[in-house]
Amino acid sequence: MIEFKNVSFGYEKGNTILKDMSFHIEKGESVGLIGANGAGKSTMLKVLLGLLPHEGDVLVNGTALCKESLPEIRKTLGFVLQNSDNQMFMPTVYDDMMFGLLNYGMSKADAEHRVDGVLEQLGLSSLKNKYNHKISGGEKRMAAIATVLAMEPEVIIMDEPSVSLDPYNRRAVINVINSLSQTKIIASHDLDMVLETCRRVILISDGKIVASADAQKILSNKELLEGNRMELPFSLAAQYK
Amino acid sequence: MNKIDNAISEFKEMDEMANRSSPVHELSPLVKLLSTVAYIFFVVSFNKYNLNGLIVMVLYPVVIYQVSGTSIRACFYKLRFILPLVCAVGLFNPFFDKKIMLYIGSIAVSGGTISMLTLMLKGILCIMQSFVLIATTSFDSICLALRRIHIPAFIVTLLLLTYRYISVMMEEVAVMTDAYMLRAPGQKGIHVSAWGSFLGQLLLRSMDKAEEIYSGMQLRGFSGDFLYAGCRPLRFNDILFLVGSIAAFALFRFVDITSFIGRLVM
Repeated sequence: MIEFKNVSFGYEKGNTILKDMSFHIEKGESVGLIGANGAGKSTMLKVLLGLLPHEGDVLVNGTALCKESLPEIRKTLGFVLQNSDNQMFMPTVYDDMMFGLLNYGMSKADAEHRVDGVLEQLGLSSLKNKYNHKISGGEKRMAAIATVLAMEPEVIIMDEPSVSLDPYNRRAVINVINSLSQTKIIASHDLDMVLETCRRVILISDGKIVASADAQKILSNKELLEGNRMELPFSLAAQYK
Repeated sequence: MNKIDNAISEFKEMDEMANRSSPVHELSPLVKLLSTVAYIFFVVSFNKYNLNGLIVMVLYPVVIYQVSGTSIRACFYKLRFILPLVCAVGLFNPFFDKKIMLYIGSIAVSGGTISMLTLMLKGILCIMQSFVLIATTSFDSICLALRRIHIPAFIVTLLLLTYRYISVMMEEVAVMTDAYMLRAPGQKGIHVSAWGSFLGQLLLRSMDKAEEIYSGMQLRGFSGDFLYAGCRPLRFNDILFLVGSIAAFALFRFVDITSFIGRLVM
């Protein structure tokens, strides 16, 4: 489904952020991207989304990511930005959800039907006509996820989906993530959330893949995590006390 | 809530106003845009001494404000910082043009005074009409209308991003001002010595944020075509409105209605 073959990226010569990265994500997999601040998680996601240039090959469904293939590839990728304020730029939740669908040529009636369905699925129908600047942070995050789900992408990519959410809203986001059947890539520092939502984890440090294995295996490896400026998830740390 | 938060809230209220429902809101954005352009064109074309002719042009925005349910008071309140600047345009005319044009009772009125008032009224009318366009039409729909009259995509996208950039920048100013004030208690405003770094940081931060918003738009298929803004064909009432309003502007412009009414009354 998604393949990185020797992918490198740097903003300037001699300062490489991603270093010769190679990995493969199968269809339907849920993969957590973890790593300390500045490890390269967000940069990697931006490369995958075609927002940054790269060296090496990025393949999505066997198609190489390039300028020509970008519009088609982007249709298959749904990205939930870290800051929902940046994602929700239209006046209302409804406008925001319609934005992508209409851009991709869907008729207004079909798009509206799709929007209603997604809002109902997520229990957010009451938000439909609310103004984005008048809803809470938690609601905005759920609405941002809804805008992406409405586009029915094959892959859902999330950058820090649980950041700045209260426990109730965090739980709601986790439940939504777990209910999705699509391929998921979740970049997060919330290792407990990664443990609950991802089967596999890719650990990145200094722009390189340090480990890629079963989530339980990596997230319970105290030495590995601490060696890469992280800690055991709270739910597993108790077992080590 | 600080002043900037209030300003952000006021700015975002424009979207709420544009989403209301009224006969004017229902009109095609293209028709509203064209009638606004035509209105401004006719207003600007009045001779600088033709104050009484220009006064009739007040009728159009007044009618549109009433029919659309837009408050004229809200317009003047929201534009309170711009209107003085607009009015300042002709402020020096009375000093340069001292030729006496008419007498009101025993008071002589110079050409400069009349042209100053004409310029002020022209500015106010143009701003009022532009305001009601924004208050009855979402900015995305205006951008779509601009594309339909073949304004290049990059110019329209630039306009849209500038519009979005205003609120992004205002939000950044609000955050930075709060952060500054918390560490500078008792200070009124930002000290001159901090202006340089404040503005530099503001620019960098809002550029980052604007770039992220643009990325968010691109990732959901935005390519400068505003398909999402709802493109509907023109209806009979749209065409009727456009033709009717342009005919009214032409009538107001080329027929001296005030003198005609004056003659009827006298």
